[in-house]
Amino acid sequence: MAAAAAARRLPAASLRQHRPLLLRPFASSSGDQQPITVETSVPFTGHKIEPPSRSVETTPSELLTFFRDMSLMRRMEIAADSLYKSKLIRGFCHLYDGQEAVAVGLEASITKKDAIITAYRDHCIYLARGGNLVEAFAELMGRRAGCSKGKGGSMHFYKKESGFFGGHGIVGAQVPLGCGLAFAQKYIKEGTVTFALYGDGAANQGQLFEALNISALWDLPAILICENNHYGMGTAEWRAAKSPAYYKRGDYVPGLKVDGMDVLAVKQACKFAKEYALKNGPLILEMDTYRYHGHSMSDPGSTYRTRDEISGVRQERDPIERVRKLILSNDIASANELKNIEKEVRKEVDDAIAQAKESPMPDPSDLFTNVYVKGFGVEAFGADRKEVKAVLP
Amino acid sequence: MLGIARRKVGLGVFSATILEQALQRALTAGSVLPKKYSTTAKEQMTVREALNTALDEEMSADPKVFLMGEEVGEYQGAYKISKGLLEKYGPDRVLDTPITEAGFAGIGVGAAYYGLRPVVEFMTFNFSMQAIDHLINSAAKSNYMSAGQISVPIVFRGPNGAAAGVGAQHSQCFAAWYAHVPGLKVLTPYSAEDARGLLKAAIRDPDPVVFLENELLYGESFPVSAEVFDSSFCLPIGKAKIEREGKHVTITAYSKMVGYALQAAEILSKEGISAEVINLRSIRPLDRDAINASVRKTNRLVTVEEGFPQHGVGAEICMSVIEESFEYLDAPVERIAGADVPMPYAANLERMAVPQVDDIVRAAKRACYRSVPMAAAA
Repeated sequence: MAAAAAARRLPAASLRQHRPLLLRPFASSSGDQQPITVETSVPFTGHKIEPPSRSVETTPSELLTFFRDMSLMRRMEIAADSLYKSKLIRGFCHLYDGQEAVAVGLEASITKKDAIITAYRDHCIYLARGGNLVEAFAELMGRRAGCSKGKGGSMHFYKKESGFFGGHGIVGAQVPLGCGLAFAQKYIKEGTVTFALYGDGAANQGQLFEALNISALWDLPAILICENNHYGMGTAEWRAAKSPAYYKRGDYVPGLKVDGMDVLAVKQACKFAKEYALKNGPLILEMDTYRYHGHSMSDPGSTYRTRDEISGVRQERDPIERVRKLILSNDIASANELKNIEKEVRKEVDDAIAQAKESPMPDPSDLFTNVYVKGFGVEAFGADRKEVKAVLP
Repeated sequence: MLGIARRKVGLGVFSATILEQALQRALTAGSVLPKKYSTTAKEQMTVREALNTALDEEMSADPKVFLMGEEVGEYQGAYKISKGLLEKYGPDRVLDTPITEAGFAGIGVGAAYYGLRPVVEFMTFNFSMQAIDHLINSAAKSNYMSAGQISVPIVFRGPNGAAAGVGAQHSQCFAAWYAHVPGLKVLTPYSAEDARGLLKAAIRDPDPVVFLENELLYGESFPVSAEVFDSSFCLPIGKAKIEREGKHVTITAYSKMVGYALQAAEILSKEGISAEVINLRSIRPLDRDAINASVRKTNRLVTVEEGFPQHGVGAEICMSVIEESFEYLDAPVERIAGADVPMPYAANLERMAVPQVDDIVRAAKRACYRSVPMAAAA
């Protein structure tokens, strides 16, 4: 199984209890930890702030981890596409393929005590936060073994114990919520930060500016990350925003523009942002990124974009290809070894899907669970209350 | 004069000052006042004091509780409910917000996700509409969608319903709106005891609670028993209170209308109709057991509410009784509610837009077949 293959490269000590799908950097030989300095694709652009250096420190093992993690995410999303088309996933399914560098770079710069909250394009963030692949697929298919026990669906993945607060369906709502998480972190004096992710579509939401105003007034350790994939559903950014320079939209809140397809740039920016926010309050990061799929599985994604644009980005800026080139040019691994990793990842995903498929749908009694934490023994009713009712514990 | 003095303190129409004057006159008329109607401050409490002390004690007991809203801090609260709290707990726990309901309600919910226990004040619940997405989609539904991972121990509180002369945009009752949503709890205190016990319960509750106060009740004084003063005093959520026992007709009411219902019951008793007045206290969960038990006893029901009639609280109560106690009804259920119009400003129109005691009396008589029968259609 995939675990055995991974175990060969990974010393037993760093395999955690729940066998995380995203592995910590390998530590099998000192060469793996040899620092490498890489320049980001483009320099950072700052708004009312001195941007960090574009020279990023990394290691061979970190690059390999990035490659594996992003490949896993890519595979997961493509597999979800097939599952949706074969009607095993219903309703909404918003895929993240193309944007993996943001999830992976962010995770590399923080700890599980920091918090992340995002909107509905959440599968990969969930995975990055230590989410379980089987639970992800089971949730997508509405099964009992799902991370939300089948009650949430694609847009409502959570992993509170490792600082992932969802998974939200209402565009923009996650930003004030994220500022609230930061408020709590400051209140409890934890020395941690919250990253609230939103898209270029949500960037125009009023509540975002309300939350940003309060965060700036109260010096909350909140970092707002605009994952600018340039389209809010079918509306290009220039049609929705008078000023699509989202990193500047904070006005009095400084911002940084980052190449979101470059995982090292993302990591550098997020590390910088965390240090900044702990001392000074909110910061905006605009990640220039791209989604290969349409807005959701109901959107082909080609009526408002040209196929040339999509394939152009895939050729020039794909985040996984960028890391592959780095690995090859630094002689960290051979092309074959990387292909093997991709094969392993593919198998891992296939196995997870098979396992998830075996999980049954939730028990009918689950219709009435978790309405409240404390239900006071009150009755709740089904469609025909004379037929179906339950007592809420 | 004596009749007024004997009536329970805290009825909606009489302000404390008028009652005090009445008592003064009764006293000077020559100790006709029975001893038990003492007016020593210890046994009386205004709703404002009840809310203030409840907030104070809960903040003292649990450092995770904090208060957030417009003017709650330096202004001492728009209605002085949070008086003294900023001074006592500091600006980290009593936070003045900008006028941005969507923003600060969302921040409150996010803080609750993380494990804090926010009390978010809306200056009136009319302004909660700016933030309603966070109450419903971010707060109410999270525990369910996350299968229990993300609970939201938050209280949204503030004045609800009509005040006096504040016009259409500042007078709506939101009980029916919020009580519609599974995942929320909706409480409507009437007396000082209600306010104290229910607010404490709400703050301690692990689920999102919408706590609907009433501006006109803040200054009302109520007699309270000694146990109400205890810092551990708490009322159960989801349980109604029989404010007045009766035999012939059940009158359900919440918030300010409880006072009106009690007055109506007094008037009805003089005409030989014994009305049982139920103070709902909790709109969600609704105490269907108490309501049905009462109707099974009296066989007649009048529901009273201040809010708009269509799809209101009374409609739900009526349906509950039909489902569970149909055979016990001797008359159709009567429904008294606010007029089906936006609240007008002119005093006479405003009076027509909100239930009056006469309306409740008339409806109760109808339920008892004691009113003038309607002419049959030709």
